[in-house]
Amino acid sequence: MSSKQVWITRDFLRCSGCRLCEISCSLYHEGKIWPEASRIRVFMYAPGIEFPHLCAQCHDHPCVDACPTEPKALSVDERTGAIIVDREKCISCGNCIRACPGHVPFLHPKDNKATICDLCNGDPQCVKVCREAGFNCLNVIEYDKGQGEALNYRVYARHPKDIAEGLTELVFGEKMEV
Amino acid sequence: MRGYAGKFAEINLTEEKVTEVRFDESTLRSYIGGRGLAAKILWDRLGERWDEVDPLGPENILLLLSGPMTGFYPGGRLCISGKSPQSNGITGSTVAGEFPVELKCAGWDGLIITGKAKRPSYILVKDSSIEIRDATHVWGKDGKRTLLTLSKEVREEFDKKYRGRLWREPAMVYIGPAGENKCRVAGVQSKWAHGAGYGGYGAVMGSKNLKAVLVKGTGPLPEVYDQTRMLELLDQVRKASIANDVWRRWGTGYLGYYVGNVQSSEPVKNWQEEWHDEKSFAVDQFESRVWVKRYWADFGCPIACEKLSVVRCGDFKGAITDNPDYETQAYMGTNLAVFTPEANVYLNSVIEDLGFCGIQVGNILGFAAELYQRGIITKEELDGVELKWGDAKAFAKVAEMIAYRKGLGDILAEGTYRAALKLGKIKNMNLLEYAVQAKGIGIGAHGIRSGLDYPQLHSYACGAQGGDHTSVAYIPITHPSSEHTTMLMDSGVYCMFNSFSVTPQFQIDFLNAVTGFNISFEEWYNETANRIIAIQRAALLIGGPDAKWFESDVNPPRFYEPLPTGPCKGKAPKLEDVEKMKSEYYKAVGWDERGVPTSETLKKLGLSNVDAVLKKKLGL
Repeated sequence: MSSKQVWITRDFLRCSGCRLCEISCSLYHEGKIWPEASRIRVFMYAPGIEFPHLCAQCHDHPCVDACPTEPKALSVDERTGAIIVDREKCISCGNCIRACPGHVPFLHPKDNKATICDLCNGDPQCVKVCREAGFNCLNVIEYDKGQGEALNYRVYARHPKDIAEGLTELVFGEKMEV
Repeated sequence: MRGYAGKFAEINLTEEKVTEVRFDESTLRSYIGGRGLAAKILWDRLGERWDEVDPLGPENILLLLSGPMTGFYPGGRLCISGKSPQSNGITGSTVAGEFPVELKCAGWDGLIITGKAKRPSYILVKDSSIEIRDATHVWGKDGKRTLLTLSKEVREEFDKKYRGRLWREPAMVYIGPAGENKCRVAGVQSKWAHGAGYGGYGAVMGSKNLKAVLVKGTGPLPEVYDQTRMLELLDQVRKASIANDVWRRWGTGYLGYYVGNVQSSEPVKNWQEEWHDEKSFAVDQFESRVWVKRYWADFGCPIACEKLSVVRCGDFKGAITDNPDYETQAYMGTNLAVFTPEANVYLNSVIEDLGFCGIQVGNILGFAAELYQRGIITKEELDGVELKWGDAKAFAKVAEMIAYRKGLGDILAEGTYRAALKLGKIKNMNLLEYAVQAKGIGIGAHGIRSGLDYPQLHSYACGAQGGDHTSVAYIPITHPSSEHTTMLMDSGVYCMFNSFSVTPQFQIDFLNAVTGFNISFEEWYNETANRIIAIQRAALLIGGPDAKWFESDVNPPRFYEPLPTGPCKGKAPKLEDVEKMKSEYYKAVGWDERGVPTSETLKKLGLSNVDAVLKKKLGL
């Protein structure tokens, strides 16, 4: 486990669409294979254009800002930099989903509480399995606290539709409406 | 019951009614799921009047089944079955994708689809809710357009209707125009370049006015019997699969040059030859010329033997398909003397959009081209198309004629066996000589003449699924290539290519960890697999209303013509050797000398009811 803050990078063109990340994420967090409860979800608006969708850890945390409870159900983990959800405090309002530019958070199918990647306490399971399989779509970058802004300011969460359309152009040679 | 969602949905399209169906534990233990359970369901419901059931009539049943291993074992697959419009028997045809996983997560192990919809329809499964919806707006649309349209529509509808998340696309199986027009060589498609081809179930879907089935499940996969053990085994099989470098790097496309050049077992020009030395067709050519994605995988698969191919410029611009995998490299390539990767990708893309099985339509296209070569059919009969070997655009035109049943395409749409009979009648010739099929099913691209590839002399002649190269009769029956082994994959419903690096015993252990059935190696081979094959065999022997296969375990005549080219030139099996293998096989599985399962065998397998019907129908 890292003592530093971590950030998961993703190389969309390397995603095979295998969903090993969803399997290991849900096994770790839920104890069972549960694709729609996985904190990382592979979107496939068009076949061949699969890519993982998960928290991008925007440095300005619009989801935390949008959380209406007092104190807030969403907070930033000091050590890892992950967004942590206090399920007791979450009122299932969905504000965090709407505030996120990529609509990454979701309400858990079991209890309707906001669910966001918690970086597995600094040791992301999805990255491990993706690298074990040699796909290397996901990777972990460690950084010192305070450096995060400089590292990830270009990668605010994006809507899957934008990502998918961009990828169709790269993969198929022309843009495809999805 | 562990590993199962616990219930199946029976969807009656005629009455637009959905009911829940459950099977008890002993039935599931005896038939597992997928292909095995399909045989059981079909026999129970249709067995007594099997010979009367029209595969393309409303009385046929279309089965979309998962298995207990689906979602757990690497490489999720869906098994599609029903009375086959190709063999008139039962074929378990599997296709990869997330569909069966979504289905289990929605709480269903499978869908039993009966009747016929009044108008073009699609089925939408969202967890416990199942709706039959109008599909008029996508009827007639090609494969890619159908998927993009329906997937987007439903996804956006979910976004409006159900809060709580940005919805992902539902998983989907669908048919193209070939299925709509009930071509017997039509497959059921999934994603792109994924299809359940053997059996011709695209035509069955079309006959039911069913364009597509979509499913989204938000629940978890079912509980398993021993999760700790299952996860241990999962780790082992993943590592073994990852270490399987050839499959990982090249996929089955690796065989494109190997089976042809080294093994002399690849169809060339409708199997007139089985050897080629076309280095342009080696897999590295595909890699450097058309692959845009090196690893393309389905649920839980660490191998990713599929690659994504796109032609981005030139005559065939815009074509999208997978590797292509070996079978379609052969059937959309060498079998038609097409030896250019771009042309091969183009043909694959065309036939997938039309909704064909690449193997079956490649088989019939090769058959047609040979008739053209011999002057038996002419340019005029083909609406002006000169069907010359190697001309991809000409083959694409004929494929379209078949999909829309235009002109001669109407006869070719019946599949190689039936087309040979029909055309033979018109031409007053025996055209079965040129039909490379077994039990009405075009033979997979692995020949038997050189003796260097895996199928044995009797493999296709005696196989429970005819020409299906993934289900071959084999001695000993415990061999990894035998259909008794692949029955594990088709009934547990998971990926064969994730099984090459582990033993059958390992897979049985995995099955036991998931289900707790505690099935032994001996029980699997001598009872479970044999039981399922016996039902499939009975259905084949009875057949009907048109084709039936009593005393018809034969190889196509072409397989006795000596190989004309290559290092194995002159090789051909001897009829007496084939007959010897056949009788050895009959003994191994407990059938009499005419290939009919004996009363004793059927009784031992708990199939006395099958015995009674079989003997009555065959007049024995």
